[in-house]
Amino acid sequence: MASGQQWVLVEMVQAFYEAPAYHLILEGILILWIIRLLFSKTYKLHETYKLTEKEKEDLIEEWQPEPLVPPVSKDHPSLNYDVVSGPPRHKIIINGKECINFASFNFLGLLDNDRVKEKALASLKKYGVGTCGPRGFYGTFDVHLELESRLAKFMKTEEAIIYSYGFATIASAIPAYSKRGDIIFVDEAACFSIQKGLQASRSFIKYFKHNDMEDLERLLKEQELEDQKNPRKARVTRKFIVVEGLYINTADICPLPELVKLKYKYKVRIFLEESMSFGVLGEHGRGVTEHFGVNIDDIDLISSNMENAVASIGGFCCGRSFVIDHQRLSGQGYCFSASLPPMLASAAIEALNIMEEDPGIFTDLKEKCKHVHKALQGIPGLKLVGEPFAPALHLQLEKSSGSRDSDMQLLRTIVDSCLERQVALTLARYLEKEERFLPPPSIRVVVTVEQTEEDMEKAVHCIKEAASAALK
Amino acid sequence: MTESPATKPANGDVCQRVKNGLKPERNGLLKSLHRCHERQSKHHCHPEEEEVHAASHHDSLYSRPFVESFEETPMLVAVLTYMGYGILTIFGYLRDFLRHWKIERCHIAREKEEQKDFVPLYQDFENFYTRNLYMRIRDNWNRPICSVPGAKVDLMERASHDYNWTFEYTGRVVRDVINLGSYNYLGFAENFGPCADSAAEVTIKYGVGVASTRQEIGNLDRHEDMEKLVAKFLGVESAMAFGMGFATNSMNIPALTGKGCLILSDELNHASLVLGARLSGSTIRVFKHNNMQSLEKLLREAIVHGQPRTHRPWKKILIVVEGIYSMEGSIVRLPEVIALKKRYRAYLYLDEAHSIGALGPRGRGVVDYFGLDPRDVDVMMGTFTKSFGAAGGYIAGKRELIEYLRSHSHSAVYATSMSPPVVEQIITSMKCIMGEDGTTIGCDRVRQLAENTVYFRKRLREMGFIIYGNEDSPVVPMMLYMPAKIGAFGREMLKRDIGVVVVGFPATPIIESRARFCISAAHTKEMLDRALSVISEVGDLLQLKYSRHRIQPSMARPFDDNMYEDIDD
Repeated sequence: MASGQQWVLVEMVQAFYEAPAYHLILEGILILWIIRLLFSKTYKLHETYKLTEKEKEDLIEEWQPEPLVPPVSKDHPSLNYDVVSGPPRHKIIINGKECINFASFNFLGLLDNDRVKEKALASLKKYGVGTCGPRGFYGTFDVHLELESRLAKFMKTEEAIIYSYGFATIASAIPAYSKRGDIIFVDEAACFSIQKGLQASRSFIKYFKHNDMEDLERLLKEQELEDQKNPRKARVTRKFIVVEGLYINTADICPLPELVKLKYKYKVRIFLEESMSFGVLGEHGRGVTEHFGVNIDDIDLISSNMENAVASIGGFCCGRSFVIDHQRLSGQGYCFSASLPPMLASAAIEALNIMEEDPGIFTDLKEKCKHVHKALQGIPGLKLVGEPFAPALHLQLEKSSGSRDSDMQLLRTIVDSCLERQVALTLARYLEKEERFLPPPSIRVVVTVEQTEEDMEKAVHCIKEAASAALK
Repeated sequence: MTESPATKPANGDVCQRVKNGLKPERNGLLKSLHRCHERQSKHHCHPEEEEVHAASHHDSLYSRPFVESFEETPMLVAVLTYMGYGILTIFGYLRDFLRHWKIERCHIAREKEEQKDFVPLYQDFENFYTRNLYMRIRDNWNRPICSVPGAKVDLMERASHDYNWTFEYTGRVVRDVINLGSYNYLGFAENFGPCADSAAEVTIKYGVGVASTRQEIGNLDRHEDMEKLVAKFLGVESAMAFGMGFATNSMNIPALTGKGCLILSDELNHASLVLGARLSGSTIRVFKHNNMQSLEKLLREAIVHGQPRTHRPWKKILIVVEGIYSMEGSIVRLPEVIALKKRYRAYLYLDEAHSIGALGPRGRGVVDYFGLDPRDVDVMMGTFTKSFGAAGGYIAGKRELIEYLRSHSHSAVYATSMSPPVVEQIITSMKCIMGEDGTTIGCDRVRQLAENTVYFRKRLREMGFIIYGNEDSPVVPMMLYMPAKIGAFGREMLKRDIGVVVVGFPATPIIESRARFCISAAHTKEMLDRALSVISEVGDLLQLKYSRHRIQPSMARPFDDNMYEDIDD
């Protein structure tokens, strides 16, 4: 071997000697040329790109930024709010006119409940208003611990965690688990706080058609095939389904039993947002799981706010300790925010007491929902959207008048003329440019237990008259 | 009293300069002019020079002394700290190994059987730190209290029989613990007095909930009253309030900037600002903490080069800073930031979560502290949680800004509006600070807080602790460095009936674990003295007096004395 190599070397040297001089010179020049080409070009590029200080100053002088915010026209529909003077209870004073409230999400009428107020007051006398700190730094009060254990007990889960803001609850919970590279399957009708949670998680988002389990299964199958192609990646890619119990945007219910089946078939975890269904559905107000008789342990995480049925402030997540405990260090809205004012936690505890003592309240609510749902059918020009047992329904235009703005205008006249006749309704508000799938314009009709049959008759009558006047 | 030029280059520089402005009537003018000439002779043009030039008729850029210190970590301490983490990590692996082979009992909650074959919800290494380091000293956090979070607080006693995996409440209450942890700067966390009384009245009348959003049917007259008051308090055209401080940032920054905009963010900005910036979809660039050279460099580069790849000019540039940085105790160099912002036509978002109420002769925050015009700050943001003893946050500024937010803020459209008693607490406490209640209580508290702060910081420094941050910041971080001392300090202090906050990684850089004291106007001199003597005692016990500058008083000493006089006046 060694001698063979040596031989080649010798041959090369010999060839070098034997080659004609012009050949050697030519090759030498060529090599030099290549070297020059290699180095000169990049050098020159740099030279031309560099700006002089003067040029930089000119550029800085030249730059004109856009205004911080674009101007808002004076007649922007959402600029001027309706003003509520006094408490936002069953009889509500809007723009100086007393109306029956068909717009606040105060489903169980606990907002104006004397027992709740008393408990809040007692708490105020003991703790003051604010907590002056996040949960970690002396912002955990005994009432927070009590509320958490009461919520866990109420929902029959291992653990619950409370947030100080309803919106922040699911929006913090999703990114606590789902990270970059994970996959989330979401219903198209998911509410805005879910959308923000998804965005904050930076995961891979797949939307399925609203309540369409076939579409979801199609996506899950696709993903399964994908996983088989790349099993190493699949082993670390977490998968979640995020759905709402009762959808705030469509007032219908998620098919939870089918979702649970899909969960075990495709090994995906389910996060369930129950702000509209907690304290509403089920015999004891436990929400969609109780409504369908689904084992609550099959749902990985349930979140809800305490601002609708509970009529306090804040939100909570509940589920198995294995899942929930993680948020105590990873839920951004939990760790980095001041904790819930203790008086609001006390109010929520008392609300839970009332809900536990009298489950009849939920049957009552359901009856009223059914009644209103039935009565609102068949208004000419308007279409009622939602389940018969949903307490927050939508009235949409049967056919659009052409543009979203004019539809909104039309619905607004209906709302205004109802206000005129002392029935408080409101338009469902959305950020039109920000919503992933913008729901059609609608009037919200909220049913609460405080509404009497008479109130409901009156409201339905008003809506009918206003609609026929506006939609001639 | 020395700065670490290696890590924080701007500090030393500006610190020296602004000390000149201490007695403006005597030498401030002269020196600032002198400095102006000196620096103009260099060919490099700084925007602040122009600012100084314009302002040199009456004063320098800073109207008051700006003394901020970040003493360098002693080398030996740094080495020992790293060793400490090294040992903890080795033991962590060892114990994980033991847990894996079931030799050590594992307390961690388990995934349920049916879901064992799912993709694990947590990566194993994700929780290594929690399991093996945090768990050892977990008793220092989340301590439940059962009283007003005022100057003294009652803690629920808890015990753990399984090394902090679970806690058991003994039912006993540890009474009258001096509270150096709550952000109760002006002492408005009270359960009696005018604020609590009017909040109680409102609770009876309104209840606690609202059950609707601002845009739908949750816009109470009290909300609007409060917003008008906030605008008046801050000296701006208009304001809007939101139910949660964290969400005020994370839900409104996306309304202000979007794709094609640039956000320049201080590296130590709060998580809510970072989240808001991320949600906005804008490009984010981070400048060194409170470092104006770094900020200017980024500004220049951004405008000169435009957006990456496309090189189109940025639509707008938003500088995001905080008033007081809650972990560092530093105060933003606002006069310089404003000068830069004007020079480069950027917009300024100022988060006054900790500084509103707590700084400035009238308690109006960092703008008041520097004697600046609030109209120079484009977006004034702050929280009601801290100085006002309530909850929520606000954004204030020009009328157009607030009108835009009223129609486009995520909060206004989708989140339930603020609870009426909380609103009432804000109104009454703010009126008190403004003196609109006809008393001087608010005014006295603002002054008391400033005095307490200066006194507490001075005493700690004299004892030889390393204290970070600005002389006037009521947030006082005291360096502990070593991981074992985090737990030890918290526990030893509680044993002596003082509640403190200790923080370590990831809230701070890995070797800069610290204790943080929050001074309140409600602290009496006796309480502070008691706290100080206990801190000194524990400091000796744990050898925390790291500072190497106590033996030879530094140059700044006489200035310090002057400053206390100034504030006492």
